[in-house]
Amino acid sequence: MAERPPRVIVTKIGFDGHDRGSRVIAACLRDAGMEVIYTPPWQEIPTVVKLTMEEDADVIGISSLATDHLIVPKLLSALREAGLSDVQVIVGGIVPAKDEKMLLKCGVAQVFHPGTSLDDVVVSVRALSEKRRAMQGAST
Amino acid sequence: MSKQPTVNGHAQWEAEFAKGVVGDTTTYNRSGIGIKPLYTPQDHNGAPYEESLGYPGQYPYTRGIYSTMYRGRSWSQRQLIGLGVPEDYNLRVKEMLDLGASALSLIPCNSVFRGYDADDVPSELLGTCGTVINHVEDMRVALDGVPIGDLSTAMNDPSPFTLLAFELAVAKRRGVPWTKITGTSNQSDCISHFVANHMFFRLALQGARRVIVDHIAFVNKHVPGWNPLSIVGQHMQQAGATPAEAMAFTLCSGIQYAEDCIAAGMDPDQFLPRFTFFFDVSVSFFEEVAKFRAGRRIWARLCRERFGAKDPRSWRFKFHGQTSGVDLTRQQPLNNVARVTTQAMAGIFGGLQSLHTDGYDEVFSTPTAEAARIAVATQNILREEAHLTDVIDPLGGSYYVESLTNDMEAKINGIISMIDEAGGMYQAVEKGIVQRMIGESALAFQKKVDAGEQTIVGVNAYQVEEDPATYPSLEYPDAARMQSYLDRLADFKKSRSNADVDKAISALAKSANTAKSNVFEHVVAAAEVGATHGEICGTLRKELGFGQPLTVV
Repeated sequence: MAERPPRVIVTKIGFDGHDRGSRVIAACLRDAGMEVIYTPPWQEIPTVVKLTMEEDADVIGISSLATDHLIVPKLLSALREAGLSDVQVIVGGIVPAKDEKMLLKCGVAQVFHPGTSLDDVVVSVRALSEKRRAMQGAST
Repeated sequence: MSKQPTVNGHAQWEAEFAKGVVGDTTTYNRSGIGIKPLYTPQDHNGAPYEESLGYPGQYPYTRGIYSTMYRGRSWSQRQLIGLGVPEDYNLRVKEMLDLGASALSLIPCNSVFRGYDADDVPSELLGTCGTVINHVEDMRVALDGVPIGDLSTAMNDPSPFTLLAFELAVAKRRGVPWTKITGTSNQSDCISHFVANHMFFRLALQGARRVIVDHIAFVNKHVPGWNPLSIVGQHMQQAGATPAEAMAFTLCSGIQYAEDCIAAGMDPDQFLPRFTFFFDVSVSFFEEVAKFRAGRRIWARLCRERFGAKDPRSWRFKFHGQTSGVDLTRQQPLNNVARVTTQAMAGIFGGLQSLHTDGYDEVFSTPTAEAARIAVATQNILREEAHLTDVIDPLGGSYYVESLTNDMEAKINGIISMIDEAGGMYQAVEKGIVQRMIGESALAFQKKVDAGEQTIVGVNAYQVEEDPATYPSLEYPDAARMQSYLDRLADFKKSRSNADVDKAISALAKSANTAKSNVFEHVVAAAEVGATHGEICGTLRKELGFGQPLTVV
C-alpha cells in the first residue's frame, strides 16, 4: 500500500495578517502531492495544537513576517505538553539571524528565509515528514 | 544636402532586427502585456492629444493631477514610523522631522491592528512592529511637541478609526481647531484588508462598510482637511496581484465606496475630493509608470461619467506610493538600495503625491535607523541631485510609455468590467473571485522566479557566498519599558471616569444599531472621555459582527 502523503499544517500565529507566503507555500505543497491543512492568520496556540492532534499532522509550518516567530517557543512547549514533540515545526519568513539561533535551540526543525525556492521547501518538508514518521514508528 | 529619409524605414528596421535577433522577441511584463522591442508613431492609437493626455492639472489628468506638479511642490516624504511605546514614537518623529520628513505617519503595534488593547495579548510581541497606542493619553504623548495643526499626519487606522478619534481628542485638549487638522486615514479600505493583508480591527466586512461611510460623512463635515479614505492597492499587489490587477481592484473598491456614499445621500463633489489612493511601486519600472498614468485617466473618467461629479477637484487621482518590500532580497541586502531607487523613480515618474521608500534591511528586520536614513536620502538624491522633478511627466510622449499606458488601461478596464459583472467588489470578494486571482498571480510569479524566467539578482542569479549573521537587525523594545507601559495602562483605566466611559460605550453600541446615527461621531466621543481602542473596537465587534479574513488558497 502506498504510504500516506505528508500531512502539513500551514498557519500563522500572533498578530500579523500578511499571508502571501503562507498561501504560496500551501499551494506549492498541495501541488507536490501533500495533504495541506491551511488556516487563515491569527491562530491561537491551543487551536494549532488541537488541529495538529485532530489532523495527525507531521509538520507545522509557521509563516512569520512581523516578529510573530517570537512566540513559536510557546507553541513548541504546548506541543510537548500535548505529547506531540515528534511533530516537526518549521518557520518561514522574516527572521533575523539572532532569532533563528534561538528558534533552532528551542527545537524548530528549520527556518526558511526569503529567496528559498519552492522545490527546496518541498524537499525539506518531505524529509521532515519522514523523520516524524520514523520517530512515530520507533515509539510505537 | 542630407539624403532623403528612407520611406520604408520601419520595414527595413524590422528586417534588420529579425536578422540580428532570432525567434519570438516579445517579452511579457508582470501584468501579462506583450512588450515589443521598439515603439514608433505607428503604435499611436489615434486618440487626440487633449482627449487622451491633455495638460497637467487638466482632465483626464494622464500627465498629472496638478498644473504645477513637482515644480510647485515636492511630493511629501512620508516614511512609516512606529515602534515601541508612545515615548519612543515621539522621539523618532522628532528625529525624522529634523531629517527633512515633511509629513508624519503612524504605524500602530500589531496588537492595535488586531483590535485589542495591550493588556489583552501576548506581551512578547508588543511594540515589535509598530507603536503601542491604546487611548487618548498615549496619543498625547506620541504627538507631544509635534505641530499637528501645521503638518499632515497619516495614520494606519482601519475602521472604526480610533487613532483619528484619539488625535481629534488631543487637538481639542490643545485648543487646535479640527479644521486645521490635515492628513489621511491610511488603511481605511476594509475590502483590501479582507482579501489581502488582513490587518484590521476585526470588524465584520459589512460592519466596517457601514462605519466607513459614517466616517467619511463626519470627517467631511468636521475635519474638512482630512482624507477619510485611502483606497489601497498596495496590499493586493504585495499579496501577489499583478500591477494591472492591483490597480483594477483598487478602482473597483473606489467605485463601491463612492456608490455607498451616493446611496447615503452624499454629494460626489463633497466626498470625492477627499478620496485618496495608496499603491505599491514594484521594480518593473515602465509598467509601474504606465499603471499610474492609466489609473489616473480611468479614475477621472469614472468620477465624471459614472458618479456625475462636476467639480474638477473630484476627478483628481491623489495617491501615496510605497516601494515594494516583496521585491527586496535577503541575499546581498545592500542591492536593495538600487531596487528601492528604481521603484521610487517609477513612482515619481508616475506622478505620486507622497512617497515612502523602504529600508534596505526590511527583508530581515524592522528597519534599523541607518537603513531608514538611507531611504529618506534616496528621495532627496532623486529630487535634488538627479533633478528628476525638473520636467512634469517627463516620460509622457514616449512612444513606448504612451502605448503601454493604453495597454494597461485596456487591461485594467477589462478587470473592472469583470468585477462589475460579478456585482461589484464586495460581492466579488465574498465570492472569493479576487482572492483566487491574487493567489494564482502570486504562485505564477514565484514559479517564474524558481524556473529562472524572472531574474532576481542574488537569489536565482549572480549569487555570492555571504554570512547572514553579519546582517544588522533591530533590537526589540525593552521588556521592562513595555511592562511599565502596561502598568500605566492599568493606572489610566483606574484614573479615568469609568461612569463617563460606560455612558459613551452604551451610546456607541446604540448608535451601531441605529441606521441614521453616525457611528464615528460616537467613536470620537468615547475616545474623548478615555475609552480605549480595545473597548471601542470590542463594542462594535459585538454590535456589528466579528471579522474573519476572507482567505482562499
